[in-house]
Amino acid sequence: MTAAALVAGPSGLVSCATCGLLSRPAQHGQTGCCPRCGTALAVHHRHSIEFTWALVIAAAILFIPAMALPVLTTTTLGSSESDTIISGVAYLYKSGSWPLALIVLIASVMIPLGKLAALSWLLITIQRGSAKNNHDRARLYRLVEFIGRWSMLDVFVDAFIVALVQLGPLMSVAPGSGVVFFMAVVVLTMLAAHTFDPHLIWDPGRIQRTSHD
Amino acid sequence: MVHTALDTIACPDCDLQQSVPPLPPGGRAQCARCKVTIARNPVDPIDRPLALALAAAIVFVVANTTPLMGLSAVGHESTTTIIGGAREMWSQGSEITAVMVAFCAVVAPGSFIAFILAVLLAARRPPAPHWVGQLLRISALVQPWSMSEVMLLGILVALIKIAQLATVTPGIGMYAVGLLIALLAAIAATFDSHVIWTRVVWADGTLPPLLTAARAPARATR
Repeated sequence: MTAAALVAGPSGLVSCATCGLLSRPAQHGQTGCCPRCGTALAVHHRHSIEFTWALVIAAAILFIPAMALPVLTTTTLGSSESDTIISGVAYLYKSGSWPLALIVLIASVMIPLGKLAALSWLLITIQRGSAKNNHDRARLYRLVEFIGRWSMLDVFVDAFIVALVQLGPLMSVAPGSGVVFFMAVVVLTMLAAHTFDPHLIWDPGRIQRTSHD
Repeated sequence: MVHTALDTIACPDCDLQQSVPPLPPGGRAQCARCKVTIARNPVDPIDRPLALALAAAIVFVVANTTPLMGLSAVGHESTTTIIGGAREMWSQGSEITAVMVAFCAVVAPGSFIAFILAVLLAARRPPAPHWVGQLLRISALVQPWSMSEVMLLGILVALIKIAQLATVTPGIGMYAVGLLIALLAAIAATFDSHVIWTRVVWADGTLPPLLTAARAPARATR
């Protein structure tokens, strides 16, 4: 069922980001608070573009140590061996479980990179004032928001391997320094998807309008 | 006199304002522009999610107190629980990772279930007090960080990775986590925050107006 009877475009009403209630701003140029839930109203997320760019760039920088540093260090009878995320994938592939290798590769490498690329593209098209591919861009944003949490997979894998493989001197596994960086990438990209204001896809002129206020 | 625009909705994704026609039970309305679901009319929006949330609370306790999996290799045996994964990370020097694992695997799903239970119990008899709205807002913030399903996939990958080194046996906790994920998905499908918002007392203490109230929009408070 499709909602019918559109209310004419800029009706002067502001929707509350918390409870969804539409209300008329308290006075011109000052939106005030939502009368139902009390949240401060805003025409759009303030500085959405700048915050999202900052988080995307920070995540892209941290992605390098996340891939380069080891996430697990295995000690077997005195000799120790370190694994990065990539070499963990390679190990899974070589030991014959390629579907598992594929899952980890997608969750740990493809999804974070894809999210960074997708958010950058969305931000650039909005800053250029593009009005093309709105439906595809809206769908891409929803995908980014939905899929982001799955990158956390490798952090859980590492945590449970570390928790379980503690067999005294025989064999033990310790977390490496790469885990923290990788986790930071996941958290920052999730926050970036949250800060990004999807309204801007449909109304890129909003940035210019509000910056003059 | 408070004027409201309760039958008009702004799409949360694209901000298009549109009026929603009366929906049949179980029906949903899509945004006319970006096709995201903007309104639902759940068949039983309070008691059904409440029953599911009660079940989820019980399963959550089981999932967190019973061993997830056990490992045995040449005479050594070890088991782990969900929080055990975070605890070992902490004692091995990765404190930040440990806190994040504990938050996403235990704190976020646990508090989400607790908030939803409190909200539904308080909203059973409208008008619901104003703090219900605050809890609803916090639960929406916590929900994306509740990662039980990601954790289960992580446990399975860890199991297969270790299975090449030692004998691993899944424990009761693992089945409980599987059930918990199904219950959390069912809560998400039956729970509708808009239904709760229509029952919550407004910020200035006035009773929630019915959907049939005046159509002129409310004026925001300063």
